[in-house]
Amino acid sequence: MASHTVSRRDFVVVLTATGSGLLLGCRVGDRAGATTAAAATPPAFAPNAFIRIGSDGRVTLIMNQVEMGQGTYTSMPMLLAEELEVGLDQVQLEHAPPNDKLYANPFFGDQETGGSSSVRGFYEPLRRAGATARTMLVAAAAQTWDVDPASCRAKRGVVTHTPTGRTLPYGALAEKAAKLPVPDKVPLKDPKDFTLIGTAAKRLDTPDKVNGKAQYGIDVRLPGMKIATVAASPVLGGKVAGLDEAKAMAIPGVRQIVNLGDVVAVVADHMWAAKQGLAALAIRWDDGPNGSVSTADVLQGLDAASQQPGVVARTQGQVADALGGAAQKIDAVYQVPFLAHATMEPMNCTVHVQKDRCEVWTGSQTLTRAQGTAARVTGLPLEQVVVHNHLLGGGFGRRLEYDWVTQAVRIGQRVEGPVKVVWTREEDIQHEFYRPYYYDRMAAGLDARGTPVAWSHRVVGPAILARYLPPAFKNGIDSDGVDAAVQLLYDIPAIQVEFVRHEEPVLNTTFWRGVGPTHNAFVIESFMDELAAAAKADPVEYRRALLSKAPRARAVLDLAAKAAGWGQPLPAGRGRGVALLYSWWGSYLAEVAEVEVSKAGDLRVHRVVCAVDCGTVVNPDTVKAQIEGGVNFGISGALWGEITLKDGRVEQSNFHNYRVLRMNETPTIEVHLVRNLEAPGGLGEPGTSITGPALANAVFAATGKRIRKLPLVPALKA
Amino acid sequence: MITLSINGKDHTVDVPPDMPILWALRDVVGLTGTKFGCGMALCGACTVHLDGQPIRSCVTPVAAAAGKKITTIEAIGETPAGKKVQQAWLALEVVQCGYCQSGQIMSASALLAKNAHPSDADIDGAMSGNICRCGTYPRIRAAIKHAGKGA
Repeated sequence: MASHTVSRRDFVVVLTATGSGLLLGCRVGDRAGATTAAAATPPAFAPNAFIRIGSDGRVTLIMNQVEMGQGTYTSMPMLLAEELEVGLDQVQLEHAPPNDKLYANPFFGDQETGGSSSVRGFYEPLRRAGATARTMLVAAAAQTWDVDPASCRAKRGVVTHTPTGRTLPYGALAEKAAKLPVPDKVPLKDPKDFTLIGTAAKRLDTPDKVNGKAQYGIDVRLPGMKIATVAASPVLGGKVAGLDEAKAMAIPGVRQIVNLGDVVAVVADHMWAAKQGLAALAIRWDDGPNGSVSTADVLQGLDAASQQPGVVARTQGQVADALGGAAQKIDAVYQVPFLAHATMEPMNCTVHVQKDRCEVWTGSQTLTRAQGTAARVTGLPLEQVVVHNHLLGGGFGRRLEYDWVTQAVRIGQRVEGPVKVVWTREEDIQHEFYRPYYYDRMAAGLDARGTPVAWSHRVVGPAILARYLPPAFKNGIDSDGVDAAVQLLYDIPAIQVEFVRHEEPVLNTTFWRGVGPTHNAFVIESFMDELAAAAKADPVEYRRALLSKAPRARAVLDLAAKAAGWGQPLPAGRGRGVALLYSWWGSYLAEVAEVEVSKAGDLRVHRVVCAVDCGTVVNPDTVKAQIEGGVNFGISGALWGEITLKDGRVEQSNFHNYRVLRMNETPTIEVHLVRNLEAPGGLGEPGTSITGPALANAVFAATGKRIRKLPLVPALKA
Repeated sequence: MITLSINGKDHTVDVPPDMPILWALRDVVGLTGTKFGCGMALCGACTVHLDGQPIRSCVTPVAAAAGKKITTIEAIGETPAGKKVQQAWLALEVVQCGYCQSGQIMSASALLAKNAHPSDADIDGAMSGNICRCGTYPRIRAAIKHAGKGA
């Protein structure tokens, strides 16, 4: 997701101006789950929305960014604890409630976890929050002893008066600190003095994730709660034409059928009865205007749109002239398909709608949007809508949407008592907000020596930001859709990037683990490989020669190539492919993939080497984990990922026909980190984005086949 | 009425005999550590042990558990193999979102209980039915070997 920057000053003002309205977090103490605090003790000291210290010494950190596997429930506390001077083992975590004023992501202006932005966005604000609290606790101790605060130091939650050795723990200082004014400015540590940031600290969310105690949205259990499962129209815009309610109600355990016209829910004592009830309904659908649409129709629309010029997102030099005067011109069309996120935890939401109150239990990447939709559906003011956040069983952008929350609240309005709405896997795969189908037209001109003199990139796809974050959709350009394309680092004299907006009415689309760069990196790096081949040049050397003005990019390219043994001979049928990535995320990556393609077209990924320069590293082990996971997510997408339409319906339904990577197919993955003190870059998505092109280029090296349309495996078998 | 032995304790539940064990555990008994992923034995998130054998509880009816012992993620740490697996998972920081990890740990525990030093092929054989969308497979493999070393 691309930028919509809220000024840092505004954000800090919010952080420091919260005064006594800080007890918001306390209301959630009733939540189950061991990563949330029991919060039985009233907070004595809460200088900002992220920290609460009780008179019993208990330190609670309130997590504004949600945990979906990316390690934010460890990296955010590391930022706070480093400056607060407490150990990670001394803190309890609590999910933050929805509140855009207190917890807005500075890039987006609302409370959002996405776009690989948590560490980048909160690196300074959270350290400042920790430093502010520590400064006040030290001041309270100094006051108690009547000494100069400069003669005191804090460590592991204890303030020591250095000259006398007297000590006071934070708990004993909390009430006094709470009465002190919140300082405007506090100094932050010099990075060389960090003791926690930069270390491979143990994750705080994992102990409960290995013993079954971790609570995801789907694990919510409430007294009197019913369980529902749903069938929404298989075609977007379709309506229920008929159903056999009596048959469903005859199933033991089925309590109620809720028919909302576009979706039907079976409410039951347990999921088994609900599922059987749904099957017994034998719903007949009126498909509406989209009932005959197929993938070929979508493609036709994209191709037609691609014939017209788009809005220029980047331009330098005279591309048309340079193309016209080139010794060699290369044109290509690249395509990437619709993709499902297929989070392991299917969409689910528990609601309890009452006359003057609505409670929502779910795992969301955008809590305030979840709250907002519940308020809109019920007509209740926001204050009467309580959203309890949970751990997310995968996000990948799917849980940036809130369609399933809207749906659950609509159902909940018609059910007495709390109801948990759980989607089956089939419902989940077929009613996604998908990664869009993108269609890119590329053109390049090479001079007589094969060096590129012109680069033209036309991106055709929807403007997700126009719907999702309108302020970020500027001048007709979806900055996410062209992300990585406009930051092209290669030193080419004439460059033009255009965006053609083409909305897709037959499927909902959204962010998908780096949507813009994930598609653009595939296009750019595959096409760059084509140019290298046309120039009869080595793909690494060819890129390297164009990176003289981008030393960090060149360094990761060199590192990946060296670590992967680039140029060393491989057995027949094997090939290595390279790719480079730089985008709004601010991280530099280079990757070398090694694949084997059999005569029958079977593709096996043997090894992936990734070099990463993401600037300042908060937790190197998490960075490695995110790259490993991102690479594997990228392999699934590049090898097999494809959602197709027939008769307006998604053809895939479960993991047998929406194939994802398994243990026996997983390559060796090596991650090499460049350590420096540059500004932190995003890490959740880049590993996925860079993997598709590295694989496609490796397939080319192994077979001589240039695949311009993902996924790879069907293309190889064709 | 059917009596299920779950984690060493008997639970008498009023459910139809064809109800998959998964829903009896989650929605009737209230043990939510076992996860729903696909409902078709395709992803392994629902893996539990039936008399020590790993099974997909989303397709195994409660009738099949009569007279047998069900072990779930909530109690696997009380078995020697399960404890080693959990410790290895923490030592090597396997987990990301964690949703599939109950099933991964149940499959890995069953493997290690009968084969203390599994080869890569053994690991592929035992673990390829468990999907992890976060892609933690390299660490799962390493953690199984790590747990084996402690055997």
